[in-house]
Amino acid sequence: MATFKFELVSPAKLLFSGEVDEVIVPGAEGEFTVLPMHAPVVSTLRPGILTVKAGADVKRLYVCGGFAEVNEKGLTILAEDATAAEDVNMTEFAASVSAYEAKLASAASDEARFKMAETLFQLKAVQAQLGGGGAAAH
Amino acid sequence: MASLKELRNRIASVKATQKITKAMQLVAAAKLRRAQMAAEAARPYAERMDAILANIAGKVAGQAGAPVLLAGTGKDDTHLLLVCTAERGLCGAFNSSIARLARERANALIAAGKTVKIICVGRKGYDILRRTFAKNIIDVIDLRGARYIGYEHAEEIAQKVVARYEAGEFDICTLFYSRFKSVIAQIPTAQQIIPPQLPETKTEAAGTNTPVYEYEPDEDEILAELLPRNLATQVFRALLENAASEQGARMSAMDSATRNAGDMIKKQTITYNRTRQAMITKELIEIISGAEAL
Repeated sequence: MATFKFELVSPAKLLFSGEVDEVIVPGAEGEFTVLPMHAPVVSTLRPGILTVKAGADVKRLYVCGGFAEVNEKGLTILAEDATAAEDVNMTEFAASVSAYEAKLASAASDEARFKMAETLFQLKAVQAQLGGGGAAAH
Repeated sequence: MASLKELRNRIASVKATQKITKAMQLVAAAKLRRAQMAAEAARPYAERMDAILANIAGKVAGQAGAPVLLAGTGKDDTHLLLVCTAERGLCGAFNSSIARLARERANALIAAGKTVKIICVGRKGYDILRRTFAKNIIDVIDLRGARYIGYEHAEEIAQKVVARYEAGEFDICTLFYSRFKSVIAQIPTAQQIIPPQLPETKTEAAGTNTPVYEYEPDEDEILAELLPRNLATQVFRALLENAASEQGARMSAMDSATRNAGDMIKKQTITYNRTRQAMITKELIEIISGAEAL
């Protein structure tokens, strides 16, 4: 099966670089799967789970904010924060979610509040997904 | 001539200083390696970011309604100088050379009738610049408490800058930092970050060689997210380069300080030995001539 080059970069370092079969990207307007020969696309990311499939190996990563770029060379993801799903500290994550909730209550404008509510919803979805994944693994 | 005791004391104190400078050099060397690695690790992100930005900007540039962060306000009346320096001294000319570059630029801008505002990142730069530009400094960002420089620091700085920009406080922002070339060469650099200076040739090449991208959401929204993030990346890169430069500068400064101390000890020891010999000779002569007189 054909593979393509996938790179995951965070500001601090290059997290992953290699040939993969399939990547499921949490795009801002919905998840999309990138397969070899995907059409060039640039998309922003929402907080979510990035799934990387290379052969039988499936990795799940939590990414928070950033960009995905697909071109003829492959897929590049610029993520502000990326952690392997099993390494995410659930207590810390829950704390950051509730901190965000508190921030939402003091949002200045309706527009900002709407945006923040959207992000909060996404964060909570991730929390549920991670919590479920974590419970299944143990 | 100094007494023997004085000389002994002086040698002891120089030796103590040498030990300190030697230790500082070793610490700087270890930190330099880490800082260099961090700077190198951050490079791929900045490069990709540049590529994407150049690509999108090439399309949007020239169109009406391009984001102000990209196109600028169209004026250049008020300049913001973002001066990044170290938090600590004893690193040769590192801090003063960045401050000098910023001061020259500020003076030139003031002479041209522009308004200059300064944000200092790092205490040392503030200490130097406040003597001449106390009125112009609008903010000081202190990173002393940070054990390492993370992206979140850069993001925080970038957010402050963007907030001021959106409030219309300045038109052009220039970043001052020291580019790390090698352990002995750090180049103070001024880089305009708002509006960003995109390499012309690169945008052209991007337009011809790369395929037509689909954007999701549309270009404007991506740009709106990309530009502040690009700013944070630029600041982050500057901070990392600065960290590496600082350690490099400190290492070479401490190296020469250690060498100087060594030379000084050698010279002082010779003086000490000569003086001691002279004293002994003098005492012997006194004893002999005293014995002869009897």
